Amino acid sequence: FMQRGLDSQTKKQLEEEEKKIISEEHWYLDVPDLKEKESCIIEERSFLRCEDLVYGRMSFKGFNPEIEKLMIRMNSKCKEEEIEDDDKMEADVSDEEMARRYETLVGTIGKKFLRKRDQRVLKDDDEDDEAEEGNSNTRPSKRAKKMFLKPQD
Amino acid sequence: GTAAEALVGQVVLPGDLLLLPAHYDEDAEGERLRLSAGTAPQGRLLCGPGLRRSGAGLLVTKCGLLRHRPAGGGAYWVDSQQKRYVPVKGDHVIGIVTAKAGDVFRLDVGGSEPASLSYLAFEGATKRNRPNVQVGDLIYGQFVVANKDMEPEMVCIDSSGKSSGMGIIGQDGFLFKVSLGLIRKLLAPKCEIIQELSQLYPFELVLGMNGRIWVKAKTVQQTLIIVNILEACEYMTAEQRKQALAKLSGT
Repeated sequence: FMQRGLDSQTKKQLEEEEKKIISEEHWYLDVPDLKEKESCIIEERSFLRCEDLVYGRMSFKGFNPEIEKLMIRMNSKCKEEEIEDDDKMEADVSDEEMARRYETLVGTIGKKFLRKRDQRVLKDDDEDDEAEEGNSNTRPSKRAKKMFLKPQD
Repeated sequence: GTAAEALVGQVVLPGDLLLLPAHYDEDAEGERLRLSAGTAPQGRLLCGPGLRRSGAGLLVTKCGLLRHRPAGGGAYWVDSQQKRYVPVKGDHVIGIVTAKAGDVFRLDVGGSEPASLSYLAFEGATKRNRPNVQVGDLIYGQFVVANKDMEPEMVCIDSSGKSSGMGIIGQDGFLFKVSLGLIRKLLAPKCEIIQELSQLYPFELVLGMNGRIWVKAKTVQQTLIIVNILEACEYMTAEQRKQALAKLSGT
């Protein structure tokens, strides 16, 4: 039926005729629409949803530590709502160690960014703190060095 | 038929019709408004294994004890005993790898058909990074597809992509089969058998819903003792079991 040069009008007529033929051939139910009833009963074939079963993998007395951690995680998920205890997680490094490390770390990295003169000051300060009082002779001479010495005529 | 609530905890036989309270009745929709808000439950009733929906009530299809759980909209199911496992979606089972067919492993789970497991269904598996699974390995996984029309399919990851304990079960250990009812008893929260056994020796246990149990302890003798206790638990009373365990922990 596809002919070249067919007028648009004749095309439309043909389409309408085809639609008529098709719609007459279609079957339809003469029955009023059934209202879909909302069912209150769900069918379930799994025991898991009915009973409260624990997780199937278990380990006792430390035989497999990963499974024991898993047991705690899976069984607490069922009983309690998930509370994220990020603060209480076991840390590899304790808090005290972290504090100690940071004390020294901040100092060493900070020194790197000082200018040369300031570095020398810092170094002397450290040595002053660490050295015993027996070095009192050297101290004034060092301090004297820092100050500008007027060249003697 | 009789009312469902009257038979809870009693033996029911296939063909019994259980009537449910009026607020579940589909035909009595108009009457729901008349009932007070307190009696109508919030959720839908769960009709568990052994029961089928039929018109006004539930039809029993398996013989066993009728159980009821009032929480979460209520649930009724039949606690029956059987040895043959039928794959159910969501169940965690132990499967034995019987064949490798291209990208898919065939596992024997004790059902009528072997289940299929894709090699990508493991945590951290990619096309290049394939899991090291050989024929004869034990796999702990769950079903994603399990109905009577299709071949069952398993995966070893959960919905978030983590393995959470599933995957290949390690070396050594002992695999044996028990009835499905015993598995459910062992998986109940605060199971006495498991608690008593855990006091004996350190050991590892994997329970599959298809009736298979895998046990591993430090020595072969300890493993076999645990296996024998678990197998005998089916028919021993609690006192007999305690006597047997007392003898063992004494020696």
